[in-house]
Amino acid sequence: MPSRAMIEAKGLVKRYGATVALAGVDLSVPAGSILGVLGPNGAGKTTAIRILTTLSHPDEGRACVAGFDVTAQPAEVRRRIGVAAQATTLDELLTGRQNLEMIGQLSGLRRSAARQRATDLLERLELSDADARQTKGYSGGMRRRLDLAASMIMAPPVLFLDEPTTGLDPASRLGVWEVIRGMVRDGCTVLLTTQYLDEADHLADSIAVFDHGRVIASGTPQQLKSETGSARLEVTLSTPRPEAVLALQPLLEGEAHVSHDGRRLRAAVLNREGIATAAVRALDRAGILVDDVQVHQPSLDDVFLALTGRETAEEETADEREAATA
Amino acid sequence: MSVRTLTLGDAPPAWFGQRLREILVLIRRNLIHILREPMQLSDVTIQPILFTFLFIYVFGSGIPIPGGSYTGFALAGLLAMNLIMSSNGTAVGLSTDLNTGLIDRFRALPMWQPSILIARSVTDLLSALICTAIVLLAGFAVGWRPSTGLLSVLGGLGIALLFTYAICWTFGCVGLIARNVEAAMSIGFIVLFPMAFVSNAMVPTQGMPAWLRVIADWNPVSAVTSACRQLFGNPNPSALIQDWPMQHPVAAALLWSAALLAICVPLAVFLFRRRTSD
Repeated sequence: MPSRAMIEAKGLVKRYGATVALAGVDLSVPAGSILGVLGPNGAGKTTAIRILTTLSHPDEGRACVAGFDVTAQPAEVRRRIGVAAQATTLDELLTGRQNLEMIGQLSGLRRSAARQRATDLLERLELSDADARQTKGYSGGMRRRLDLAASMIMAPPVLFLDEPTTGLDPASRLGVWEVIRGMVRDGCTVLLTTQYLDEADHLADSIAVFDHGRVIASGTPQQLKSETGSARLEVTLSTPRPEAVLALQPLLEGEAHVSHDGRRLRAAVLNREGIATAAVRALDRAGILVDDVQVHQPSLDDVFLALTGRETAEEETADEREAATA
Repeated sequence: MSVRTLTLGDAPPAWFGQRLREILVLIRRNLIHILREPMQLSDVTIQPILFTFLFIYVFGSGIPIPGGSYTGFALAGLLAMNLIMSSNGTAVGLSTDLNTGLIDRFRALPMWQPSILIARSVTDLLSALICTAIVLLAGFAVGWRPSTGLLSVLGGLGIALLFTYAICWTFGCVGLIARNVEAAMSIGFIVLFPMAFVSNAMVPTQGMPAWLRVIADWNPVSAVTSACRQLFGNPNPSALIQDWPMQHPVAAALLWSAALLAICVPLAVFLFRRRTSD
């Protein structure tokens, strides 16, 4: 049975004046899975989320969330989504509990139900101790968690999280990941954006890489790694053998690097199935003894570098920032 | 915890009941804000007391009122002036909300967006009630007394509050147009000061230059002030002026309020939609 797409976008275009924030984006997220949208600042991630959560209208293209068109049936979409925006969207003067109860009631819960739900979520996100404090005194991690709780107040079938862990310490990040996995176990479909490749790698079932308002690559983390970038081969020989480089030559991409003692050899290799076996066989045929072989699969960092020609470093596009907050 | 039960298990609540609950929840939120930052109330508490003493003891000594005392004359004017000044709070409050991420959160909720505006205006009406009470108390302290019955006085207060509610929507529009809180505040005062002072609120208009007098006599603040003076049974020199609003101040004040509401409520809803969509 093919799983139904809970989030579906076709040809989304969004312009802010002369700036093209989205230049034709297609996305499809099957029910119960996590799509990681990966890209540098200004790639169009936030704009895509704003359109999918009915906050912004696309100039071209269409999108459906939970089976409803985001432009034609925004009210139906809003009933079925939870959103945690990049900037925290809390009321600073209210306590954590008051925030959650307010959002629950504004979402249509009766007061007692909203109170119960707030209690559950505060506990689940480890905020019970801080529930009576004004949120302006919360740390970055607490704000993120409360924002996440707010987006989960109606236990929505679809969740949009815009950079849910940006600015969090490692422990808080793991905590947030656990909560997101828990939501998916309960049947939720999640679209999250991130600048962190390891986050997409750990959390997402599939990844869409954004750059300059386009999806430049998509697939499972594994597919992306094997499609792009070469693997790195490291061989340790029993004795120094200069002819080893020649024996490996058909597998190599580019120059091999030999260590001072002549025993260790490093090189980029074609990332194909059985690469380690092929390397050992080639050396064996040349009568070379091997002590150790390691093939390092490319990280998503390598993938990103290969796709965009850039590191994933902070690349601020002032236009988009401004456009997204205007 | 199941994902489906909450979203699909509830029957869709009646439209009106849900809107009312939303508005009450948002009013509660606004009131919590006031409790957390009580200085927000200074323009309906400290300012009216200050104005009452300043005008009655400083200006009052130099302004003769035919057929009565300045204190009796000034109270209705102080009431109208303080109330319209407080409506700047609506502009500031809305502008503050619009410049936080909270509005995005609200917009992604399945709620009726105009509830936000209605809750704001009702909250400001509640602070206008406080303002009214303070002005009346300060007035009593300096010797003001109404000379009509309770119903008549309440009628006057009702007209002043209705007009305040209407003008809150007007300044709500200002808050929706202004790019930030500071701009909202300055636009508000630039409009409010001439409105409050080019009127019969603090001085009889008879002494003004002819062109200014026309503006003052047709200023809605003058109509509200005259209506209150008439209903409080206080000296009302404007009754001698032949312009229609000064001859029929109650009707004029009601008409002004109705006209402002008819224009500004839909305008505010439109401006809110425009401001919050892209």
